[in-house]
Amino acid sequence: MQNNILKLSFCLGISILVLSFTLRIHHPCTEQHKVTIQFRHFAGMEALILDSAVYNNDLGQSFRITKLKYYISNIHLIREKGGDLEVNSSFLIDDRDEKTKKITISSVPEGSYSSMEFILGVDSLHNCNGAQSGALDPINGMFWAWNSGYVFLKLEGKSPSSTSPGNMLEYHIGGYKSPNNCIRKIKIAFPGKLIIDTELRSNSIELKADILEILKTPVSIDFSKLSSVTDFHNSTTIADNYQDMFSLLNIRSEN
Amino acid sequence: MTSGFMDDNPYFRITAEDVTLKVPAGFPRPLYNFKTNRLTPEIFTLGRTLFYDKLLSKDNSVSCGSCHQRIAAFAHIDHALSHGIYAKIGTRNVPALQNLIWKDAYMWDGGVNNLEIQPLSPITNPIEMDETLENVISKLKHDKKYVMLFQNAFHDTIIDSKRLLQSIAQFTGLMISGGSRYDRFLEGKDTFSGSEMNGLKLFRSKCENCHKEPLFTNNSYRNNGLKPDPSLKDEGRAKITGKEEDRYRFQVPGLRNIEMTYPYMHDGRFQKLRDVVNHYSNPKNFDNRADRSLQKIGYLTDREKDELVAFLLTLTDKAFLYDRRFADPDFQ
Repeated sequence: MQNNILKLSFCLGISILVLSFTLRIHHPCTEQHKVTIQFRHFAGMEALILDSAVYNNDLGQSFRITKLKYYISNIHLIREKGGDLEVNSSFLIDDRDEKTKKITISSVPEGSYSSMEFILGVDSLHNCNGAQSGALDPINGMFWAWNSGYVFLKLEGKSPSSTSPGNMLEYHIGGYKSPNNCIRKIKIAFPGKLIIDTELRSNSIELKADILEILKTPVSIDFSKLSSVTDFHNSTTIADNYQDMFSLLNIRSEN
Repeated sequence: MTSGFMDDNPYFRITAEDVTLKVPAGFPRPLYNFKTNRLTPEIFTLGRTLFYDKLLSKDNSVSCGSCHQRIAAFAHIDHALSHGIYAKIGTRNVPALQNLIWKDAYMWDGGVNNLEIQPLSPITNPIEMDETLENVISKLKHDKKYVMLFQNAFHDTIIDSKRLLQSIAQFTGLMISGGSRYDRFLEGKDTFSGSEMNGLKLFRSKCENCHKEPLFTNNSYRNNGLKPDPSLKDEGRAKITGKEEDRYRFQVPGLRNIEMTYPYMHDGRFQKLRDVVNHYSNPKNFDNRADRSLQKIGYLTDREKDELVAFLLTLTDKAFLYDRRFADPDFQ
């Protein structure tokens, strides 16, 4: 009986090996299909420049930005015929570090993609998973020790209208538990489709992240009244604002 | 200065048997199960070394062990509020470290949701250790002892926060107390005096609502009638949930080894167990936000109070308090 099971397992093993080689021969390009997502930071129509550039919020209050960091997680590329590509990991985007603004997704299956989705923030599972590394390493300064959970977005700067010491603006938004859940699902429709087929192309999706949107729609932030958010007070106000901070700039598919 | 781990002292050497997770009889399944943090003697040893190392604090003066003392079931004996770095006094009493893997949240306000990341809180608190994770990792990388300990534990040269935190979690996670006289009595291996028996009965009728056996906590957040100390301004659980009804609620602590974890309450206001029992049997003195379930405790006679205290003393677990695995090998 044991002998037969051994023989069966051996045959099964060989079959799987042969099958996997066969599959590879039929689809040699699967592993080579990449899509890059490039984030470009703006303040309205102007490219975001930290420290020196002066911008105006919706109420005409001037300000500068000294920090922009945020988590993007669980990117889904929605395929027309179903079988979406899901990349269920987190990326930390830091305006001061150019390379973090480019996310490369490998092994994209062939198909026609009509839209993408991702969350701004870190999902509740990963907020509870304990010590993690990489983008979710607490050494990145995006984790609250006193109330476990990731800081989903940090926007810091200065404004003469701010009533905080040093005229500081400090928006640290986090929290994954209702009623202070600041995770926001972002949906980006593609006006034209993103086609991944057997042709080798360089595919890139360029997204605009507009920091002015963090400070408005639906609520225009008045720096003289709200220059600092560092716990659940007013956090969802900012989260509801940043819900619409992303838009599509361009989809490029070049040979 | 001798380094304990270099001595080949069998007393401090951790074996595979030492890091086998043993769930005491009658305990439920642990909530933290080490599945993604596999217990090994080397990682546990690294965790122990870190726990007792003052390097985790900014000026190398405070370690976890400075406030979490083994003899007190890792609470802080005789300290209502503890002093951290620069002699700064904190706002809360040091809780015991025992049976942590059965908790769903840590700290008096339950603000920490996973055992592994709890150390981040004292390490980065300006009045406890006042350090940054970045500095700690840097110190470890520049310390030959730690380069070797991490290498032994993880078989490569990477020193990062995940390994730091997971190794401490192996050390604290194995602090399990389930061998007190009370436990042995329930197993039929020991006897209780008449007082202790009565005390157990009283406990079950009056305290079980929150201090549920065998862990002596149901992990809930309650207002137990203490009038807030105006100098501390501590609203407890509300700071975490933002809910009005959570103001002045604190996590129900486990009661094991209570003989050694004085003083009592989240702000350490009671020196003696008798003071605790007196508080609970005096509802006229309760804060008006006190949990309704406290009503059923009612008036206790002196004798009943003695019996309750007698029972609580049976929760002392000497095997845990003197467990060699948790001793500091470098204690001079």
